[in-house]
Amino acid sequence: MCKRQKFRKIMTTPRKKFYLKQPSIIPGFGLSMGFTIFYLSIVVLIPLSMLFIKTAEINFSEFWATVTSPRVLHAYYITISCSLAAALVNVVFGLLTAWIIVRYDFPMKKIFDAMVDLPFALPTAVAGIALTSLYAPNGWIGKYLAQYDIQVAFRPAGIIIALIFVGLPFVVRTVQPVLEDMEREMEEAAASLGASRWQTFVYVVLPHIGPALLTGFAMAFARALGEYGSVIFIAGNLPKISEIVPLLIVIKLEQYDYTGATSIAVVMLLFSFVMIFIINLIQKFNYGKMSKQGI
Amino acid sequence: MKLINNIFTSRSSTTEAPIIRWAFTLLGLGFLTLVVAMPLIAVFFEAFRKGYDAYIAGITDPYAISAIKLTLLVAGIAVPLNVVFGIAASWAIAKFEFRGKHILITLIDMPFAVSPVISGLIYVLLFGIHSVLGAWLVAHGVQIIFAVPGLVIATVFVTFPFVARELIPLMQEQGTEEEEAAILLGATGWQTFIRITLPNIKWGLLYGVLLCNARAMGEFGAVSVVSGSIKGETTTIPLHVEILYNEYNFVAAFAVASILSILALVTLVLKRVLEIKTGVKGKH
Repeated sequence: MCKRQKFRKIMTTPRKKFYLKQPSIIPGFGLSMGFTIFYLSIVVLIPLSMLFIKTAEINFSEFWATVTSPRVLHAYYITISCSLAAALVNVVFGLLTAWIIVRYDFPMKKIFDAMVDLPFALPTAVAGIALTSLYAPNGWIGKYLAQYDIQVAFRPAGIIIALIFVGLPFVVRTVQPVLEDMEREMEEAAASLGASRWQTFVYVVLPHIGPALLTGFAMAFARALGEYGSVIFIAGNLPKISEIVPLLIVIKLEQYDYTGATSIAVVMLLFSFVMIFIINLIQKFNYGKMSKQGI
Repeated sequence: MKLINNIFTSRSSTTEAPIIRWAFTLLGLGFLTLVVAMPLIAVFFEAFRKGYDAYIAGITDPYAISAIKLTLLVAGIAVPLNVVFGIAASWAIAKFEFRGKHILITLIDMPFAVSPVISGLIYVLLFGIHSVLGAWLVAHGVQIIFAVPGLVIATVFVTFPFVARELIPLMQEQGTEEEEAAILLGATGWQTFIRITLPNIKWGLLYGVLLCNARAMGEFGAVSVVSGSIKGETTTIPLHVEILYNEYNFVAAFAVASILSILALVTLVLKRVLEIKTGVKGKH
């Protein structure tokens, strides 16, 4: 059957309800899909499964003992709380940044807009040493803060600042397109119905960009949880004070404590997956609500 | 009186009062300057703190040069591999209908959910001395962890989504009509790909390559775990920066870091250019 006849047949037969793959005249599915699966297996699936296989080898009481030891628990607490704080700050200031870029005009706007992507393009190690030099007690900003007895370096505050740096683009770049596409007529309608600007913002704008804000928050939070390079320099890595989970994993590896490192990593991974799952659920719920309201 | 009234009342129904606009703008720009611009400026300031000669000495040091070479080598292998993967994956996803697409896309997004350190850890578990494959590898004299192949595969893991994530929506948007028309007119698969698909996706592809490369050269966490940071042999530029910094050799550390910063700035500029070319904004 020549291609033309095959194409005609594909276009005229109704689509089957259950299918593994729709027929098509375009070649190369086997090759491209095969290579994709092969690549993913070698690079992602097999190594990730090693993580879980290794965990299965450890008996549960040893696993539990590692994961609940005081130093590890402190690391979890520090990592999660600092990531949360940084992500929340990023939501507020990220929204502000997106707002002024989309809604306002000011000199050098294009440069500031491009600047938002810098944390994304700059290697984490470079960001780490740069932030440390700024906030160390003799740094430009650290000196100024020391006058007020505020210490940033070697403290959770330093970690939070580093995490704010790496998470900012996620919030801004997720909210910006939604703000750009938003119809101003809705705000005009609210204003004409007597709403103040603040009311319009809270009841009209915020719900519209809510899902994007939430996505940006989730991405910034997830990134912050795993961040290593930009944090280890400014944190000082004092156990129980400013030691983050990724660092603890590296320390265990350097001591050849593979089971310890794996145990800690698995808990971290599971936590990230649960977070992402919850955020996805909330998003689905929000979209469902919005479509019911006919937006 | 009128002036005060003017700055407190907004001029239209969809904008805030001028004073609010000013406040927001200053606050936002202040935040951006403090959080983003200052660290960048600090890198160059610290790099040149002891003068121009110290800077040049820092970046022409033999270890620094071998770090640069190694970074270029690793990126030079990882990025093309990821380009091939990206094209293959987006061809499969965009041009065909099949079950399980969502799972495939989720898998492709996986590296974004995983911490860089864990990304390195999984390869140590797979290829390290104490691992399942470890004994076999040692017997055959193949070293992956603490050697270049380990660096490459860790970098591949962390950067492979970039090209794919750029191409998949792009190719999905472009649809299958042009390729189908070409096939019907008698073109082979390869001809169709090279003459129809490739020109259509070229800017998106370049954009993905740009992001992939920037990340590949700058990756720290995963590479740190996998490489053992053996000076002169397995240190990429970011790892070298860490070593210098830990030796308190600050000027040299910042000098080498400035190379990466310049790379980041170039990436941003090219990113802007490509965004204008493709009409795409703010995606990553």
